[in-house]
Amino acid sequence: MSGTHATTPEPSYLVDTGTRTGVMAWLTTTDHKRIGLLYLYSMMTFFFVGVGIGLVMRLVQLTTFQKLVTAQTYNAMFTVHGVIMIFLFVVPGLPAIFGNFFLPILIGAKDVSFPRLNLASWYFFIAGAILAVLSLFTGGGAPDTGWTFYAPFSLKTGTNVSLAVFAAFVLGFSSMLTGINFITTIHRMRAPGMHWFRMPLMCWALYSTAWIQLLATPIVAITLLLVILERFFGIGIFDPAKGGDPLLYQHLFWIYSHPAVYIMILPAMGAISEILPTFAKRPIFGYKAIAFSSMSIAGVGSLVWAHHMFTSGMSGMALMIFSLLTMVVAVPSAIKVFNWVSTLYKGSIDFQPPLLFALTFIFLFCIGGLTGVMQGALAINVHIHDTYFIVGHFHYVMFGGTGMALFAALLYWFPKMFGKMYSKKAIYASWFPMFIGFNMLYFGMMILGMMGMPRRYYVHLPQFHTMHVIATVGSWFLVLGLVIFFATLIYATFKGEKAEDNPWGGVTLEWTIPSPPPLENFDVIPTITRGPYHFEQEEHP
Amino acid sequence: MSGHVHRDDLGSRLGMWLFLVTEMVLFGGLFIGYSYMRYRYPAEFHHGGMELNATLGVINTLVLLTSSLTVVLSIVAVQRAEKQRAMALLSTTLGLGLTFLVIKGFEWSAKFHHGLYPNSAHLATLPPGEQVFFGLYFTMTGLHGVHVIAGLSVLSVMLWWVATDRIRQDRYIHLENSGLYWHLVDVIWIFLLPLFYLAA
Repeated sequence: MSGTHATTPEPSYLVDTGTRTGVMAWLTTTDHKRIGLLYLYSMMTFFFVGVGIGLVMRLVQLTTFQKLVTAQTYNAMFTVHGVIMIFLFVVPGLPAIFGNFFLPILIGAKDVSFPRLNLASWYFFIAGAILAVLSLFTGGGAPDTGWTFYAPFSLKTGTNVSLAVFAAFVLGFSSMLTGINFITTIHRMRAPGMHWFRMPLMCWALYSTAWIQLLATPIVAITLLLVILERFFGIGIFDPAKGGDPLLYQHLFWIYSHPAVYIMILPAMGAISEILPTFAKRPIFGYKAIAFSSMSIAGVGSLVWAHHMFTSGMSGMALMIFSLLTMVVAVPSAIKVFNWVSTLYKGSIDFQPPLLFALTFIFLFCIGGLTGVMQGALAINVHIHDTYFIVGHFHYVMFGGTGMALFAALLYWFPKMFGKMYSKKAIYASWFPMFIGFNMLYFGMMILGMMGMPRRYYVHLPQFHTMHVIATVGSWFLVLGLVIFFATLIYATFKGEKAEDNPWGGVTLEWTIPSPPPLENFDVIPTITRGPYHFEQEEHP
Repeated sequence: MSGHVHRDDLGSRLGMWLFLVTEMVLFGGLFIGYSYMRYRYPAEFHHGGMELNATLGVINTLVLLTSSLTVVLSIVAVQRAEKQRAMALLSTTLGLGLTFLVIKGFEWSAKFHHGLYPNSAHLATLPPGEQVFFGLYFTMTGLHGVHVIAGLSVLSVMLWWVATDRIRQDRYIHLENSGLYWHLVDVIWIFLLPLFYLAA
């Protein structure tokens, strides 16, 4: 008690203060920060499993390695790669890690509204992950349908689709419960004076994401349940032989799975909107425009699902309506991009690793977004449907977009989360192979798609071979970059220098508390009197 | 293990309503499927509906509606600190819920007896639209039945909590939320009744 400081600092959340210690303290925690880290560790593990599978798939396309993997295993690999990356990494990624860790801090709260439910969500996540892994080794072997589980093949294949689908069903619960938690938290837990338009933009992004999680996830839950019932009891809803309709499956599946794309990208955009003002040292340009564009992406994005089905056989009218709506959803996304660029304009830019990855996000996301608009055009879509162009496109959005934003957010908040600083030089060193490899791999895929290479094929024609080699070599650079990146961060958690409370000069609430934060975040709940990005220099321009 | 005690009844209720939204969307997916299939096979759905026993359907509706009423009355009783009455009313709800399941069980077994169940040899001889009708009938009433069982389990815990004074005059949000869930089960049934039993 007789410390040298006037006030004894609260112990950090990383120190066990309860009755349980060690692993048990982590597994029974209801602290939103620890739950965020539990998600971080588990997701990064799955991410690297997914990366590993992706790497082997690229090796298969170097035909000399084709002895490694049979065609059936290749089918299982792209299915499992998709299931892991989508359901275990990109969909829950930013909301579960950074939403859990920072949402309460950003709105000046001590925790989320339902801390125990929050822990339960993590257990649902882990249970789903375990079931997904089990589905690989039990039953008829790993599912080979692709992550979309399209009927009628998913109803007929002898592989263990039922368990994989049930895993996705359980993961959906985790996603929904997190959504319920975040919406309630934002409605009920904001600090005094934290009006809706004083919230940092990350909160707006998480809020709109949570609504999509709430409104879209149950649809995929029931769809996947129907697949299971179909496989066990033959209820016939998707089976044409019994009067059912496989197209109904596609509709129901994409009613969730297209909005899920926005579950993946909206929190990423939110993180970027936090990072840019901090390093440009000026308020975000067009705060309300960004906030509303998040909500309108959530709204319009729910009405574009059938653009995945342009070649499935819908009426001409339906095709045109969905094509139009697909183009419309590009507008709020473009609003965000223009606002980010305007934020940088005339800012006093402090160039740091998080900003580098944020700018990488904007660049790669623009490529991904614009190629998306291309595919919204019916005439082009028919030609590039189910080719490598699509694969390249969605990796630009999901990996170049969400993945890079997740890395940027990790770099930005790492000192706050762990109280340690990483080696900036090593991070820069990881960026070069990552960026070069990324573009070789996925731009290469887009070129292959334009040339006519179909996706999910085990073999390819000789004229595609050169581009396949380029893409595969790109994948090596990409993995090299990833390994350096994560090795740097893991090293920093053990041996990094102690980080300051506010290493970047940020002005949102998380930078007002110690690094790492104490258990209850704030000694006294702050009273908010102004907007989130209030830099001193800007007061008298 | 945070040290602070956080209580926010309004927040709990909001969370419950949001959860009910997800439940509605879950059934919403099935309702979409139903609408599309009925649009495609109007005559077969008519024939399928004739196979169902509308009298039992209506009796079950009354049973569920009454059980919802007794939940509300039990909340009122808790608010007035009338513990015995609250427990009696909740027990009535549990009894009515079980009655619903028993009647439902008789209906299902009658269908099975007539060979009207998914993948049966008899069903395969019927036109495709009727096969889909019974596929949807068993899926939707089955999923509803699962929700009835879930609701009854939750309400049993509530009964236990009322008995042990965890739910009392100044703290009844859990009972209120469980009641909301039970009403949802009720409301979904009110949609299922006309769609299947009164479709003929």
